[in-house]
Amino acid sequence: MRTRIYSYWFILPGMVIYGLFFLFPVLISFPFSFTRWTLTDWYFTGLDNFRMFFSEPSLRIGFINTFIYAVLTSGLKTVLGFIFAAYLVARPLGSGFLQSITFFPSIISTVAVGVTFSGLMHPAFGLINKALAFIGIPGPDWLGDPHLALLSVSLVDVWRGVGIATVIYIAGIRSIPRSYYEAAMIDGATSGQRLLSITLPLSRPAMNTVILLSFIGGLRTFDLIWVMTRGGPGFSSDLIASIIYKQYQSGFYGLSTAGNVILFIFIALLAVPLNRVLSKSEVSL
Amino acid sequence: MRKIHRRMLEFLVVVIFTVAFGVPFLFVIFSAGKSTAEAATMAFSLPSSPQYLENFREVFRAGGGMVLRGFYNSVRLTIFTILVLTVVSAMTGFVLERRRERVGSLILFLIMTGLMLPPAVVPTIWILKGLGLYPTLLSMVMIEVALGFPFAVLLYRAFMISIPRDLDEAALIDGCGPLYLFFRIIFPLLKPVSVTIIILTSINVYNDFVNPLYFLPGAENVTIQLSLYNFQTQFHTRWNLLFADVLVIAVPPFLFYLFFRRQIVEGMVAGAIKA
Repeated sequence: MRTRIYSYWFILPGMVIYGLFFLFPVLISFPFSFTRWTLTDWYFTGLDNFRMFFSEPSLRIGFINTFIYAVLTSGLKTVLGFIFAAYLVARPLGSGFLQSITFFPSIISTVAVGVTFSGLMHPAFGLINKALAFIGIPGPDWLGDPHLALLSVSLVDVWRGVGIATVIYIAGIRSIPRSYYEAAMIDGATSGQRLLSITLPLSRPAMNTVILLSFIGGLRTFDLIWVMTRGGPGFSSDLIASIIYKQYQSGFYGLSTAGNVILFIFIALLAVPLNRVLSKSEVSL
Repeated sequence: MRKIHRRMLEFLVVVIFTVAFGVPFLFVIFSAGKSTAEAATMAFSLPSSPQYLENFREVFRAGGGMVLRGFYNSVRLTIFTILVLTVVSAMTGFVLERRRERVGSLILFLIMTGLMLPPAVVPTIWILKGLGLYPTLLSMVMIEVALGFPFAVLLYRAFMISIPRDLDEAALIDGCGPLYLFFRIIFPLLKPVSVTIIILTSINVYNDFVNPLYFLPGAENVTIQLSLYNFQTQFHTRWNLLFADVLVIAVPPFLFYLFFRRQIVEGMVAGAIKA
């Protein structure tokens, strides 16, 4: 009976689409990453593509930048999101408004956000530098300075994504039983003590979600950096994903695919152990 | 006294957040109505003589109506993706929840890898070319479905647990076939998850920039996000038009947010926790 009503035929349409347009391309990217490839023709070049990725400074910089970007954005979202959420759950003045206004950027497209901040970060006319000049600080060239470009885009990413982190934390904090706080209050714990010894440890599941989600998101980021800097100036803000796109644009399909394989491995090597460490550290209610 | 003190601090927080998160939006709204010369100064001020209609008209006319075409393509892409995605992932989630066997868990594992791995772009293009589908809207729909599939299956499968099996058996005794059972009884019961998935998918697909950039080149196929991206290079000195376009593009998500605030927030939390 089970085979009749819960027929595997039901899975077929979804699996065909998923298999053909996601899984299969992922699988064949492994053999193709060892080739020089023109889409119609290919020949095996062994480890050449990978060697290139690790030896050319313009390609290698992508690893370092991607790592910095992922750590920075997920770190800031984790910390700021917690602070915002811990503040907002106490329902201060305008908390509904604050939650909306911080969350709204995350449903606007990255292109729109990127274009907007390209304007705001304009070195001479941009609002950010005008505001800095007003209090007497000479503003830098946020996107044009090779030492700053990556940091500037990371900050915009945090601006865009911190709302989601906040919302996840709020859900986590709300699920902590009130009785814990009541007991602590009877024992005379201050609000700071309650925050540090109840809210913080018991929102670990939410925190782990935020860390993992934004870390993987950061490793895969392409759109914001592409809209704002195209990996420049020079290669100073290139990420693995933007290098993959550049190689694709120049017709180096084998190299681009090798980049993709490296990105898979990079994510797996970093995210899987991270996930393990994080889930071990969770405190159960 | 302490209470007043606290209120003042809270008010200060509201001001800081409004500046940090509201000013960029206000800036876009103000600049979108300015003349090119006035917008070039990038002042944070109301337009001295608002010309919103003229700017919007110019945005819509530019590049042979690229923005309107982008809207049209994005809307079609979003609707077709939703139609296909909800049906195929609900069917998959249904069977995977009901049959907990080794084959099923292997399939589930394969599906879940899609939550973490980035798509392999060039091989996908190669396959699309082989199928004669590159670059077409149909192939873009299929890719968006494939990318949304893991998350949708996960949600549907989790929700299926709350629908009792007795229901399936009762329907079967009443003479339902499997297709009838699924489409007339199960699928309508999945409506709450379907709504979540539809809302999140519309936002994701409408906002998608990377995938259309790779898989849907060509002026004919331009999506709304790509039209803005193309404008960025074309109009890099005409900030008024650029911001008018940003405004035009941000309106649909904004309206969506006003209507579905709760579902969007809950959906994102659900997505985050499941993923």
